[in-house]
Amino acid sequence: MFSPLTPRERQSMLEAIGVQKMDDLFQDVPREYRYPRLNLAPPMTEMEVAEELRLLSEDNETARDLACFLGAGAYHHYIPAAVDAILSRGEYYTAYTPYQPEISQGTLQALFEYQSMICALTGMEVSNASHYDGATAVAEAAIMAYHVFRGKRPKVVFSPSLNPQYRATARTYTQGTPVRYAGDELPPDAPPEALLEEVDDQTALVMVQYPDFFGRIYDFTKLAEEVHARGALFGIAVNPLALGLLKPPGEMGADIVTGEGQPLGIPLSFGGPYLGIFATRKKFVHKMAGRLVGQTVDNRGQRAYVLTLSAREQHIRRARATSNICSNQGLMTLASAVYLSLLGKEGLREVAELNYHKAHYAAHRLAALPGYELLFPNTPFFNEFALKCPEPVAEINRHLLEHDILGGYDLGQDYPELQNVMLIAVTEMNPREEIDLLVDTLAEVSR
Amino acid sequence: MKVREPLISELSSPGRRGVRFPEPDVPTTPLPKGLARADLPLPEVSEVDVVRHYTRLSHFNHAVDINFYPLGSCTMKYNPKINEALARLPGFTEIHPFQPPETVQGALRLMYELQEALKKITGFAACSLQPAAGAHGELTGVHMIWAYHHDRGDTARTKILVPDSAHGTNPASSAMSGFKVVEIPSDDRGNIDLEALKAECDETVAGLMLTNPNTLGLFEEHLLEVVELVHSVGGLVYGDGANLNALLGIARPGDLGFDVMHLNLHKTFSTPHGGGGPGSGPVVCAPHMADYLPGPIVVETEPATDEMPPMYGFEFPKKSIGRVKSFYGHFGVMVKAFAYIAMLGEYGLRQVAEDAVLNANYLRVRLQDAYRIPYNRICKHEFVAEGRWKDAPGVRALDIAKRIMDFGFHPPTNYFPLIVHEALMIEPTETESKETLDAFADAMLQIAEEAHTNPEILRTAPHNTPFGRVDEVKAAKELILKWQDAQS
Repeated sequence: MFSPLTPRERQSMLEAIGVQKMDDLFQDVPREYRYPRLNLAPPMTEMEVAEELRLLSEDNETARDLACFLGAGAYHHYIPAAVDAILSRGEYYTAYTPYQPEISQGTLQALFEYQSMICALTGMEVSNASHYDGATAVAEAAIMAYHVFRGKRPKVVFSPSLNPQYRATARTYTQGTPVRYAGDELPPDAPPEALLEEVDDQTALVMVQYPDFFGRIYDFTKLAEEVHARGALFGIAVNPLALGLLKPPGEMGADIVTGEGQPLGIPLSFGGPYLGIFATRKKFVHKMAGRLVGQTVDNRGQRAYVLTLSAREQHIRRARATSNICSNQGLMTLASAVYLSLLGKEGLREVAELNYHKAHYAAHRLAALPGYELLFPNTPFFNEFALKCPEPVAEINRHLLEHDILGGYDLGQDYPELQNVMLIAVTEMNPREEIDLLVDTLAEVSR
Repeated sequence: MKVREPLISELSSPGRRGVRFPEPDVPTTPLPKGLARADLPLPEVSEVDVVRHYTRLSHFNHAVDINFYPLGSCTMKYNPKINEALARLPGFTEIHPFQPPETVQGALRLMYELQEALKKITGFAACSLQPAAGAHGELTGVHMIWAYHHDRGDTARTKILVPDSAHGTNPASSAMSGFKVVEIPSDDRGNIDLEALKAECDETVAGLMLTNPNTLGLFEEHLLEVVELVHSVGGLVYGDGANLNALLGIARPGDLGFDVMHLNLHKTFSTPHGGGGPGSGPVVCAPHMADYLPGPIVVETEPATDEMPPMYGFEFPKKSIGRVKSFYGHFGVMVKAFAYIAMLGEYGLRQVAEDAVLNANYLRVRLQDAYRIPYNRICKHEFVAEGRWKDAPGVRALDIAKRIMDFGFHPPTNYFPLIVHEALMIEPTETESKETLDAFADAMLQIAEEAHTNPEILRTAPHNTPFGRVDEVKAAKELILKWQDAQS
């Protein structure tokens, strides 16, 4: 269907090859297995598939149809129209990895700008050109730290308030290797310093989250110092949008900063594709995984960009590479570069503050409802907070859905001690009326 | 240093804005003390600055939408426009991954049906759509192999066999999973060397990673024997699906005896490469591996009735290796692959493979007198030529790759596979016309001629591109990795 060859052309090409018929090209495929029936549905025209998928898409209720208070690692934000206008350009989205710099400067310079803006945001020295998502970036951080100490420190300490999916992903990644994990059996209300009990001379990395999975924000400067005093690396997984407002992790002494880049201009899309942010200190650049763009010149004296330090990567070093990663999230880095450019210095701060104010308004009102209370009333938070409810979260959410509200995330799924606790996210997409509706509807439950 | 297009930071002017947000419609709350940042050093530009900048930059790219992209093992086929439109339907882009299943039945059904279609196309029993890319699928598959053996108490299997023609991701994925990688040489016909394989096949083999057709574009001539040999010592066979385009509707890897395999939706199933990603690397497997798949995967939670369609939901396979990323995979990419498969159907897919193989063989024959093709026989979707001549000593594959850009084409993959000297790996795909193939072949023949008569034009190429050859050594030495480095 997308092949332009006509039957006549096929025949003339077969003749040029010196065979009679198409099947002559497949004689090396064992005959008994050749041309199986696949039993797929009959093919559709473009017009039919467009209608079929439109109907399918309308079987979903969207975060725009409903009042969405779900977060827990993926957030409903406004995406300026110019982001998709750029992403829709075939010059970007139908290009391959920029291995040929002479005809890939568009992608390469955009990646260089992405790396620069991630460094500006995080306060770090080096950013790679992306991992798959926030979870795999944490897994790569654990592996990098293990290799920084040449395998002599096999222990990774995870905060219990590091996103449970990030921790699970890291554990899957390092299955079969000596890397082991500690720290996340601590209760979620343990202060960050409690992690220090687990940090010993076997520890390669201590990883926390900022804002953490419960939305809380801590200054980790002292913890980072203590971790460094014990010889380990300190990693912080961030929500990059929050960094429009918050002190950058680089200033707190982070050695590795990872993050889920989805809030930076990437739609929810049912969980992907998103963007794995990974930044570190320059001294670890040779240990870092993933592609990296550097500045140079071409033979005409023009400033140019090129993939660099590729000797770290699988296509050169094979079994001794820092990671197996090849394809990354190229187009998603472009989305976030365009987003960060459009918002810029003032816009990112503005949207981060909007999130902060709206979430605090919601928290303030909800905490005043009888039967509800904030789980961490005395800890600063960004755009998400844990709310203790009078009924199981699943039941409350069923009730909310009847009022066209997508309630918060049920924390009891990951933390058995947090039954009846809901994680509520509020963004710039929630007008005051939606927040008030949430409050009023939750008030009904407590009555 | 001449600057062809400034950096976005160089376009910055204090106080300039690109986008504004509404004033808060709620009472404001004081910011947390000591936690707010002092400065946010991002550009200050307008929307028109941003749009023009990234549009001008886009003009420096080669892309499938511009011209031919014969990049071996990358399957740079045309990306149908309807797929892009469908993936952008608000019912797909504006759904949160943690919504209750009853609010996302359309998305779940799409994923379920894509799982089913991929199983049917490959001949496997089970599928997880979670892996984000091909290499991610490999890592997943190798972990499943580890879990399979360990679950049976079979912990002495420490090595994974990988042919020397394999993609670098194969040994890298195996090593990352804690296995020892043993490289198996190729024989003089480009197949995996059976004797060498036999010599390594023992009780310590966890598995073999096999790309079929291999990276020479050749279908393994002893495939069934190879699979049998590995199985006979208790090992499993992993299929690298990078080259599946050659086999759509022609043969199913599940029927051929593979145990577990990844697919590249961004190669075989037409989803765009995005300048390096996002890809999507679903893993399919035989029944005995199904319990180890990463989760969650989509299942039918309530069967259909006379009045109601089935209900779908998520489930973790019983002995799952766990999750390999957040959520469920690259849903936005899945929509595109689903639409592609729906439009092609069974015979359309077979036509894809046939035309891809036809195009590759046509180019092979057109080039074989001017370029040495070390394993020159009927190939599948790609073939590998040598970019060197004894009587043109100063010319390398790199020079040919750069020169072909002057004709408006992207170069073939070069210096891979490693078993061919000065390799030029050419994969035309099925979406190219005979006219395009002829134009490319004519250019390649002219370059072969120039290599002998005017080698300088090759060594200094490209000439007609916006940028010339770049200084890679300088980049690696100076390590200017962000604009802040350039200013200091």
